[in-house]
Amino acid sequence: MTGRYHAPFSEHGSHTVDADIAQRLLRLALDKGGDYADLFFEYSVSGSYAYDEQILKSARRAVSMGLGVRVMKGDATGYAYCEDFSFDAMKRAAETAAQIAAGGKPLAPLEVSMRDAPSRYPVSVESLDVEGEAKKAILERADRAARAADPRVVRVDVSFAESVREILIANSLGHMAHDRQPLIRFGLRVIAEDGGNRQAGSSGGGGRVGLEYFEDQTPEWHAEQAVRQALVMLDAREAPAGEMDVVLAPGDSGILLHEAVGHGLEADFNRKKTSNYSNRVGEGVASELCTVVDDASLRGSRGSINVDDEGQLPVRSVLIEGGVLKGYMQDRHSADFFGTTPDGHGRRQSFRSHPMPRMTNTMLLGGQDSPEDVIRSVKRGVYAKKFGGGQVDISNGDFVFSLTEGYLVEDGKITAPLKGVNLIGNGPDAMRNVVMLGHDFEVSDGIWTCGKEGQSVPVGVGCPTIKIASMTVGGTQVAGG
Amino acid sequence: MSEVEEDAQALVDLGRSVVERAIEAGADVAEAGVHNGSHLSVKVRMHEPELVEEAGSRALGLRVLVGQRVASTYTSDLSEPGQRTLIEDALELARLSESDEFAGPPDPSELSSESQWQDLDTFDESVSQISADEALEHALRGERAAFDFDPRITNSEGASFTRARGVSALITSGGFAGSDHGTFASIVVNPVADDEGGKKRSGYHWSASRHYADLEDSAAVGEEAARRTIAQLGAKKLPTQELAVVFDKDAARSILGLFAGCVLGGAIWRKSSYLVDRVGTRVASDLVDIVDDPLLPRAPGSRAFDGEGLLSHRNVVVQNGVLKTYLMDTYCARKLGLRSTASASRSPAGGISPSTSNLVLKASSQSRDELIADTKHGLYVTSMMGFGFNAVTGDFSRGASGFLIQDGELADPVSEVTISLNLDQLLQRIDAVADDLDHRTAIASPTFRVSSMTLAGS
Repeated sequence: MTGRYHAPFSEHGSHTVDADIAQRLLRLALDKGGDYADLFFEYSVSGSYAYDEQILKSARRAVSMGLGVRVMKGDATGYAYCEDFSFDAMKRAAETAAQIAAGGKPLAPLEVSMRDAPSRYPVSVESLDVEGEAKKAILERADRAARAADPRVVRVDVSFAESVREILIANSLGHMAHDRQPLIRFGLRVIAEDGGNRQAGSSGGGGRVGLEYFEDQTPEWHAEQAVRQALVMLDAREAPAGEMDVVLAPGDSGILLHEAVGHGLEADFNRKKTSNYSNRVGEGVASELCTVVDDASLRGSRGSINVDDEGQLPVRSVLIEGGVLKGYMQDRHSADFFGTTPDGHGRRQSFRSHPMPRMTNTMLLGGQDSPEDVIRSVKRGVYAKKFGGGQVDISNGDFVFSLTEGYLVEDGKITAPLKGVNLIGNGPDAMRNVVMLGHDFEVSDGIWTCGKEGQSVPVGVGCPTIKIASMTVGGTQVAGG
Repeated sequence: MSEVEEDAQALVDLGRSVVERAIEAGADVAEAGVHNGSHLSVKVRMHEPELVEEAGSRALGLRVLVGQRVASTYTSDLSEPGQRTLIEDALELARLSESDEFAGPPDPSELSSESQWQDLDTFDESVSQISADEALEHALRGERAAFDFDPRITNSEGASFTRARGVSALITSGGFAGSDHGTFASIVVNPVADDEGGKKRSGYHWSASRHYADLEDSAAVGEEAARRTIAQLGAKKLPTQELAVVFDKDAARSILGLFAGCVLGGAIWRKSSYLVDRVGTRVASDLVDIVDDPLLPRAPGSRAFDGEGLLSHRNVVVQNGVLKTYLMDTYCARKLGLRSTASASRSPAGGISPSTSNLVLKASSQSRDELIADTKHGLYVTSMMGFGFNAVTGDFSRGASGFLIQDGELADPVSEVTISLNLDQLLQRIDAVADDLDHRTAIASPTFRVSSMTLAGS
């Protein structure tokens, strides 16, 4: 065994959890008559470095560990957790969670055994095990390149975050599964100033990879991207307001799909019939050009996982095929409800939270059009290149996105950069209005984190160049709209 | 000693021991923050319990300086090996960091002590006594009231009730030792109604308080949630236009929150705020007064001392529309050549940055209804979506929903539009402020009106 940080519950740890301990705890959890119980052991270590004003200004590291015990009785969940792995503490957590089923009869004894999981993280040495100087050097290179790129660059902030999350799940169906999930994320932000005008630009990436990431996406490359964006934005003009055609750039724009469609296809909202996609499997919900998948198996992507947080082995889920709704993303609870099998979408932020259906890598697959033709077809519209973030109202699919880099398209050509662009619309409407898809599908570099009911998880997105006919652009220039 | 005082003493003792060990291990400065919390949260949906969650947690954060090199570490593993890793990692990382001439603790003469701290009444023992059954009953009553209010409420995202108790301590090698404790109870109800065209409308309402007795009645919360959900039925876009915008107190609070992020010293020295070099200049209309007040009794953001141990005090941020000060911790103040405003906030993970405490936009004497009656044509915004704000430039553009105001009355519901205007201009165009301020949230504002904004719609 190599490496510095290992879970106390792992094979060589101080509090090894084997099948016998798991069985004892599961029996305690089901002692009041619960239908199902699971144990979620987690040990996570994260580090971060902030390079600012040409020095490594701060370095941080955090260790968080514990056990979450879940007991289900019908649709009701009992949840409790503890932060140390002494048997007494774990027993108390199991007994607290068991209370949800107070009054029932205990189940028969059970046996658990370990499942084999795939290996989707191409990491030879975990970043946390690499000496700090090597990471400092990467941050220095980015800083130097950004400063050298243009005299108008007045500030450079570079950050690097690394983590590893070791999990062990055991459930009353008899499954045990283990995963060790490494993750890195690099980010660079610059501010450029010209006269009184100041604009920010940024670039970032990462995934479930090691520091080899920087061989392809060099710190210098990220610096160039961020500086280019800030300089472009210095010349940006006010955005038009009103309805017009919108072209989304490949890769990053997948976040729009994640928000506008993905969340509505998470099975919990459909079990509760609070999603606008409820009871619509088999119906046309998007233009025939659209096929949407959620795929946890992409090698090294930020959203990829070998095992979900309920111990399931994720598969590639086809959500929409040729515009027709095929199915939802399931966790155990919703799969029971829909009479199907859980497909590996049960995720949680940490042992302090219960799992729910979440996305992994959500992608709209590529089409037939050349990206140039897509732009050429637009008389007046907006080209959305980089997204700052977005939000959706699950109940009706209404969404809002803000762009950090967007351009005006006039007579088939990308012309002026625009500032303060928001895209507002409705998920199902936008998907029906997809009229062209490029053959340039890309997976976004790993920067996205998805929030739901207060829980954050890393996700991936991907898409080709997309043309959406008529979307509301929220700018300030009424006359131009 | 009461139970909570005993808990606090245990945390102080643990923090003191970690600080001493870090100094022995080679730190020149060591600061430990220790937290101990417990919570119960329950959720019901369609009249049945859906979740009962109960747990306690502890955490230890350490920040060290070696010379002027800074590092911080955090752990939830309070075992002996866990504490050892915490201290060793902190020192290793500090040696990797580079010297920052502005880093360092406040001068010891600035530190506060127990005799100076006000009792802010943030702890209510009866909150920690609320049982799971009692919590479920609140949530069930809230949800039932929403269903009973109107037959068009046909579904529910559920109703939740949460109670929390927290105790924390801060120990620094500079000589500060203090502890703090608080409680919080909250209820939220989230009904769903069917709208035309197969759309659903989800709405919510909530109440939260430090003291159990201050919590709004759960049935009243449920009814208000239903009222808000029903009111949005049939919401439509409006044509693109310039118009007056009235922000209700929830939406207004969200605008004030954007301003809050721009007035913090960290955003200023990083030049990441449109308020750089603006102290002493007009940043809002003369109707606007904004105060950061950490000493409000029972308020969510109250604190007797700040995250570095300085005595909390009230800061007037904007007076008659003129920016009076940024909010700063010691580091930001040194960077800007100013004095700390005692606005330091220490994260559990050990980092320090300035934060607002209770940031309040002062109420006027006009009622909300009078303000609406005084608006001939406008948009009344009740909620906003998305993240369309650029702090560097102040450019603001977000999705909004609410109601059309016609001839001084709330008319048709509106959704799927965006409203845009640079925040600097937005605050300067505030031409009316209402009297409906409350302190449910740490950032609080009454309803206000902006004379003109761009609405993008159909």
